[in-house]
Amino acid sequence: MSSVTTNGTRAERGWYKRNEIAITPWLFLAPAMFFFAIYVIIPIGQSFWISFHQWDGLGEATWVGTANYERLLGIGEQNMDRKFEVSFWNNLKWLVLYLLAIPMGLFISLFLNQTVTGIRLYKSLFFFPFVISQVVVGLVFSWFYLPNDGLFDQITGLVGIDIKGGMLGNPNTATYGIIAAGLWPQTAYCMILYLTGLNAVDPEQVEAARLDGAKGHKMLWYVILPQLKPATFIAFVVTIIGALRSFDLISVMTNGGPFGSTRVLSFYMFEESLSEFGFRMGYGAAIAVVLFFIMLFFIVYFLWSMYQDEKGGR
Amino acid sequence: MFPRPIQQQSAGAQAGYQTLLPLALIVWLLPLIAVFIFSIKPDADFVNGNFWGLPSSFEMFNNYGKVFFESNMPRYLFNSLLITVPTVIGAVALSAMAGFALGIYRFKGNLLIFFMFIAGNFVPFQILMVPVRDLTIDLGLYDTITGLVLFHVAFQTGFCTLFMRNFIRALPFPLIEAARVEGISEIRIFWYVVLPLMKPALAALAVLIFTFIWNDYFWAVVLTQGPDAQPVTAGITEFNSQFRAAYHLMSAGSIVAALPPVAMFFLMQKHFIAGLTLGAVK
Repeated sequence: MSSVTTNGTRAERGWYKRNEIAITPWLFLAPAMFFFAIYVIIPIGQSFWISFHQWDGLGEATWVGTANYERLLGIGEQNMDRKFEVSFWNNLKWLVLYLLAIPMGLFISLFLNQTVTGIRLYKSLFFFPFVISQVVVGLVFSWFYLPNDGLFDQITGLVGIDIKGGMLGNPNTATYGIIAAGLWPQTAYCMILYLTGLNAVDPEQVEAARLDGAKGHKMLWYVILPQLKPATFIAFVVTIIGALRSFDLISVMTNGGPFGSTRVLSFYMFEESLSEFGFRMGYGAAIAVVLFFIMLFFIVYFLWSMYQDEKGGR
Repeated sequence: MFPRPIQQQSAGAQAGYQTLLPLALIVWLLPLIAVFIFSIKPDADFVNGNFWGLPSSFEMFNNYGKVFFESNMPRYLFNSLLITVPTVIGAVALSAMAGFALGIYRFKGNLLIFFMFIAGNFVPFQILMVPVRDLTIDLGLYDTITGLVLFHVAFQTGFCTLFMRNFIRALPFPLIEAARVEGISEIRIFWYVVLPLMKPALAALAVLIFTFIWNDYFWAVVLTQGPDAQPVTAGITEFNSQFRAAYHLMSAGSIVAALPPVAMFFLMQKHFIAGLTLGAVK
């Protein structure tokens, strides 16, 4: 009997040995895929499902079909949800203005790309804002923007500009104030990407272009920037994602106010689902789905670019 | 080198650059400098409207002492540590394995799984919020450190796998082939051949994830409440309501909350930047 058992194990080991190269990757992938499926992939599907329901998060969910989306987008006889409209336009403002971080980061990196004493310390101090949490950045900037007592108000006061209610208290300026705060760490991030990129610029090409008489912005545009393309791509990816993820700053600096003027989709979704006004999970999920589709547009573009790269590789 | 090295330019330009550099830095860090000055001021300065002038007395030890001994701040800091360290270990371990699988082996669906990890890493948090909160409540992990850690590990695995896989791809493949010819099992190849070569990637990821998780605010608000499990980013709000309008204490608290990742960055700068700029150079 015992010899049969040994034979069995030997056969099993043999089977594993024979298929080792085919099985090992799945063994190694299993834990990561399990976690990722449970916490990321499946919840995306669940959110879609919930968005077709009316649900307070506790009791039974009632199927309402596309009613949430109709209310959100104003299909049929109703108007588009005002708060959604404001959030959507604010998201667009974030997207467009946040991209300023890329040229600003490039500018600072060009300024710092020298070899003078202490430049390493300068570079890391310029990068500093990115390491601090957005919550702290938000607090710092909200004090900076304080009406009357804030440094910003005092500086603008010197040139005779007085923003009524302060930068963050005025519905016309509040969103821009928050975006400016967000640009601070984001610019630092883009700067470090470009500094790394500039480090790898081929010095022979630069010298050759110099001999041909290229300099200044022409050199930058035709010789340097093409070589910085990978850095620009990553700066673009992280900036777009950062812009659409903006939540911490808004929550800390204005909590969506004044009069809801600084809401963005991510914040509005949170407010609908988990605010003191009650848990409207279905409606919140519908907002999240809309945000997801906006993001998906970019995700597909990023993945497509990466796929083009992959095809060139091994 | 571009722009042209300053040493090759006139003495005037060099002097100008040397003076502009510290000035630009001060302007750039002005908000932080202001907060630091806030945090060493006495309360009286704010009452008297002396917001931006020099402190009338030096209260650094007093203010920071209050943060550490008269608030929940130490508890929040400790929570942050308890959340961050296990997440770093978990995410790095899972992604090292997944990156190995995706970087070394050719099999059907390899690229598809890889892209699934990347795509998942880009999705807006909000689409995960309701189901993840639900799942955490069902598991009985709402308002616990474990609940936060499990989610963070899962989500960060996306980014980490992207990083690890690309790093492993760049390793010399003949090394693995040689090990196979020697008859070394695949698991031992991972442990004895690939893992030692991955040390720089492991270090870079560990520092990056530490910073990301320490600074997380959204999930802290969604999955926890109160000082039992909340990390310092969420705790600072409670701290601020405790010391409403006490700017000297609020700014001291903010600086304390921001310090650990800053220290991490300055200590591990090389790895941190290597991690962040992965792919910025071809």
